[in-house]
Amino acid sequence: MAATTTVPSASPITGSRSFLRKLREGDEIARLITFLFAVSTVLVTLLLIIELWRDSALARHKFGLQFFFTRVWDPIAEQFGALPFIYGTLVTATVSLVIAVPLGIGAAIFLAELAPARLSDSLEFFIDLLAAVPSVIYGLLGVFIVVPLMRDYAQPALKKTLGFLPLFSGPAYGVGFLTAGIVLAIMVIPYIISVSREVLMSVPRDQREAALSLGATRWESTWKVVVPFARTGITGSIFLALARALGETMAVTMVIGNTPTISASLFSPGYSIAAVIANEFTEATGDLYLSALIELGLVLFLLTFLLNGLARLLIVITSQRGGGTAHA
Amino acid sequence: MKRIVGASVVILTLSIMAAVLVHAALSINGAGATFPYPVYSKWFDEYQKKNSQVQINYQSIGSGGGIKQVTEGTVDFGASDGPMNDEQLKAFQDKHGFGILHFPTVMGAVVPTYNVPGVTSALNFTPDALAGIFLGRITKWNDPAIAGTNKGVNLPAADIVVVHRSDGSGTTYCWTDYLSKVSDEWKTKVGKGTSVNWPVGLGGKGNEGVTGQIKNAPNSIGYVELIYAVSNNIPYGSVKNSSGSFIKADLASVSAAAAAVAKTMPDDFRVSITNPPGETAYPIATFTWLLIPEKFSDSAKRDAIKGFVNWMLVDGQNYAEALSYAKLPNEVIAKEKKALGKIQ
Repeated sequence: MAATTTVPSASPITGSRSFLRKLREGDEIARLITFLFAVSTVLVTLLLIIELWRDSALARHKFGLQFFFTRVWDPIAEQFGALPFIYGTLVTATVSLVIAVPLGIGAAIFLAELAPARLSDSLEFFIDLLAAVPSVIYGLLGVFIVVPLMRDYAQPALKKTLGFLPLFSGPAYGVGFLTAGIVLAIMVIPYIISVSREVLMSVPRDQREAALSLGATRWESTWKVVVPFARTGITGSIFLALARALGETMAVTMVIGNTPTISASLFSPGYSIAAVIANEFTEATGDLYLSALIELGLVLFLLTFLLNGLARLLIVITSQRGGGTAHA
Repeated sequence: MKRIVGASVVILTLSIMAAVLVHAALSINGAGATFPYPVYSKWFDEYQKKNSQVQINYQSIGSGGGIKQVTEGTVDFGASDGPMNDEQLKAFQDKHGFGILHFPTVMGAVVPTYNVPGVTSALNFTPDALAGIFLGRITKWNDPAIAGTNKGVNLPAADIVVVHRSDGSGTTYCWTDYLSKVSDEWKTKVGKGTSVNWPVGLGGKGNEGVTGQIKNAPNSIGYVELIYAVSNNIPYGSVKNSSGSFIKADLASVSAAAAAVAKTMPDDFRVSITNPPGETAYPIATFTWLLIPEKFSDSAKRDAIKGFVNWMLVDGQNYAEALSYAKLPNEVIAKEKKALGKIQ
């Protein structure tokens, strides 16, 4: 990099001549162009942050840090607070991961280790198909299938058995945090399965063979040797899933109930940051209102950034402890 | 082979560009409300058939978007289900140095729709009942406030599930405007707007979202556009108007609501027609407006827009009822024709 971008000072004539020669040979051009492409992604991210920062200035100056702790979202009185939306985003993402991670990793283990190759490949085809389905279709699936199932069967059943927990109390509308979490889980499972399966399959054979030769059963070798070896890749897939769950808009807004409340119960309707922006942005008149919505966008961006940063940190720490491809 | 493909792509692009250039001599852009989009797109289409050199493009991005874009100057005219408030008018004046005018085009209404198992007839709602339900004060269907006006109907002792709009909309503006007029508690606690801080209820996105929620949730109540309720065949109730009659919304009762206010209409047409006087008037109705700047630097555009509004006030109104929009009353049409002269 330094050779192409800094002007060599020691022997200017010979240095620039060799630069021009390299340029004519085409290698340097290719390098420059591909470097620009790479830098452009950083540039776009920076522009995004700058734009969000600038347009949310009005709301930031008016509300300051209180924005993160206020529960009220009142466009008429011009009181805006992000807490219900942050809560909703985090709760739905957590519920979706709690459901998707065991299912996804379990499926990946089956496909990578225990299934015959043909079954594994054909199932993988369907899983990739699921990953490609647009999210609004998942929203429709949620509205027409999941919500009635939740309202008529699942939620009353949960209430009867586990109703004493605050987690499962309150009226059962069908829509709410739990339903949104379930729909999100359906959406992110393909990501977890795909990536985890790849990572598990790339664990070197001698690891498995070593475990088996020491007398481990098939399951023991899988669970105690192969999976820990692929730990960082699997963690990477979980964070990929989390990123999708945090940002998902259409599917969530169709099944979450769109009410900015904070409640311990999973049956309660709620709201997420992406959903409120999608719902209210086009009709938002008033500079403070728009600015508050953009500040919410900034909050979501920061949240995603933070969680991805934690993911990277986790991968670095666990890979330092040894074992596993740094695949994410 | 590659050369043939390359050449044909170039020729195709050039011919498309030529077609576009030749197509319309004058292109006018507007943006705004989604509620009147069906009738607007019909109008712009019909108008272009009669005046082939004028092409009007309309994007239904929402009333808020319409107000914003016409103030920014990115579009030639805007459209909104709620009139611009004084702040927005001032913002426009400050930015451009001249004002912006409102022109009512059609009328619509908002109706209370519900799903109560066993109830097949149209329920009667008083203003107090509606306000109480949406404030969360009235929580059961067999509350005296509802049962009192629906004698003979078997209302269950079930909790009311309230459904409102999650997205900002002119429908919400009309509904909350009405509730603010009939309930002081609503006025102070919630207020009126395209998006409000709802005390209770679930949010559905769009008329479709609200209808979907209501259809699937027993004992629920919400509000939707009249046109939407009619074309989707969903049951809706009657509302008591200021004269004491229970009126079920239809085109006649909506026109009656506007006619009652037409005599006292302000010159800038920024009027709310909710809870109007009049025996047969439906109390939850609204105009929808075109927002047209007072001055145009391009005289061709100005004449085209004035021509369109003139056409809309006469011929255009005939298309409205077929699409379930209520026509403007004659007094309002006459007043608007005069107001067109203000556009320079």
